[in-house]
Amino acid sequence: MSKHHVTTTINGEAVEFLCETQETLLDVLRNTLNLTGSKEGCASGDCGACTVIMDGKMVCSCLVLGVEAEGSSVTTVEGIADGETLHPVQRKFLEHAALQCGFCTPGFIVATKALLDANPNPTEEEARYWLAGNLCRCTGYDKIIRAVMDAAAEMRGEARAA
Amino acid sequence: MQRLNYAAPKTVNEAVSLLAGASGPAKLMSGGTDLLVQLRSGRLKPELIVDLKHVPGLIGIREEAGGFVIGASTPGATLEAHAGLKAAWPGVVEAMDLIGSEQIQGRASLAGNLCNASPAADSVPAMIAAGAVAVVVGAKGRREVPVEAIPTAPGRTSLAKDEFILEIRLPPRPAHSGDAYLRFIPRTEMDIAVVGCGVNVTLDAAGVCTAARVVLGAVAPTAVLVPAAAAALIGHKLDAATLAKLDAAAQAACKPITDKRGTIEYRTKVAGVMARRTAAIAFERAQGRAVKGH
Ligand SMILES: Cc1cc2nc3c(=O)[nH]c(=O)nc-3n(C[C@H](O)[C@H](O)[C@H](O)COP(=O)(O)OP(=O)(O)OC[C@H]3O[C@@H](n4cnc5c(N)ncnc54)[C@H](O)[C@@H]3O)c2cc1C
Ligand code: FES
Ligand code: FES
Repeated sequence: MSKHHVTTTINGEAVEFLCETQETLLDVLRNTLNLTGSKEGCASGDCGACTVIMDGKMVCSCLVLGVEAEGSSVTTVEGIADGETLHPVQRKFLEHAALQCGFCTPGFIVATKALLDANPNPTEEEARYWLAGNLCRCTGYDKIIRAVMDAAAEMRGEARAA
Repeated sequence: MQRLNYAAPKTVNEAVSLLAGASGPAKLMSGGTDLLVQLRSGRLKPELIVDLKHVPGLIGIREEAGGFVIGASTPGATLEAHAGLKAAWPGVVEAMDLIGSEQIQGRASLAGNLCNASPAADSVPAMIAAGAVAVVVGAKGRREVPVEAIPTAPGRTSLAKDEFILEIRLPPRPAHSGDAYLRFIPRTEMDIAVVGCGVNVTLDAAGVCTAARVVLGAVAPTAVLVPAAAAALIGHKLDAATLAKLDAAAQAACKPITDKRGTIEYRTKVAGVMARRTAAIAFERAQGRAVKGH
């Protein structure tokens, strides 16, 4: 029997690929489509490094089968910037030095964008709970939270919080 | 290696005939948050995955005859976003919302949590307390089963090979009713319950309990409905003597194991404490006060 032929939309573009049933969406993104921004930290849904937005919901792409992408719309970290212009969340992560090794960063960027799309004015507590499924071994999270809160303020059109 | 096949049936009949006709082991999939982890670890070796999410009715929430009908595969994030469901059954929604991270919430379902049959499954005590009914379909037709009759042992259910859960039904709410779910974990997020407790009560206008269901999770091979704990509440307000009886009845119902999350003694003691705290929230909600749970 042949592989599954999947037609989907990734970062706004129509994409077709072939995959085996047991290949995850993360496997397909990284190995077949060369979209290596999404990372595999654990392959068990615990770390969030593989976070993508699928049909409006944030999911771990390591816990989605590639074939499930048929007919769906997926946003990966590669689809967050507007061409060469970084998304405010990306810019604020750089400004606040909210990354060290960077392995967790794509997941945090996608999760933060999903947070701010759903809730433009989160409290720090809400932001911390929202990001509880994204693990970072380097930063201790404080810089990440500062970047998130600052990006939210900028996107609301408010002056930078001191 | 045996090839793993995948099917995404578009009707109930198609799904049932795929299951009935499968030559090797088949596994159902809703959100896949348990299934994919078990596939990866090699614990499961199915030949066919039947993805239920394209069967009509499996995703979505509707109100019917004063109650709620929740498609079996509906993700937790959709429950959390449903204001009407949250107002009527805050305990069921908060129990589902405790499962995993926001990412897990984008996929995890009530039916998956129930049919994975973990003794610590968070939504299960809340569903049982609510008197939820699972609508099961299979080759022999359709049957309605109380949720507590689905899991039979860790990892096992009472469903036949050709059966799956179509929807979960929550009954209409009498006036002055409230439910709650609390779990005890050593941290605030992303852990498995040491003890979980679901309580659902109806009070009279004076605040005296007229009906109750109390359910404990993670203290026995399956979630346990504790009639003696309900009996401690019925006919009473939530005073100190009632709470003490509730605590004792909850402890008496525990048949836990000792593992890395807690000893038998610890789990038993915590079960009593969780029953008290959960009941307090359910009573507050039944009296019309919005109370934040966990
Ligand atoms: C990082 C992480 C954290 C988690 N945290 C928690 C937690 O805090 N609390 C908790 O309780 N669980 C937790 N889980 C476990 C899991 O997310 C839940 O059990 C979830 O509700 C499973 O739902 P699902 O739709 O993803 O199930 P699936 O993985 O799709 O299925 C689970 C089982 O149910 C069967 N099944 C699925 N749908 C149906 C149906 N309609 N009819 C019959 N059988 C069906 C499948 O065959 C499988 O055996 C966690 C998992 C991960 C990966
Ligand atoms: S790689 Fe998917 S959550 Fe860790
Ligand atoms: S920057 Fe290294 S894991 Fe987060």
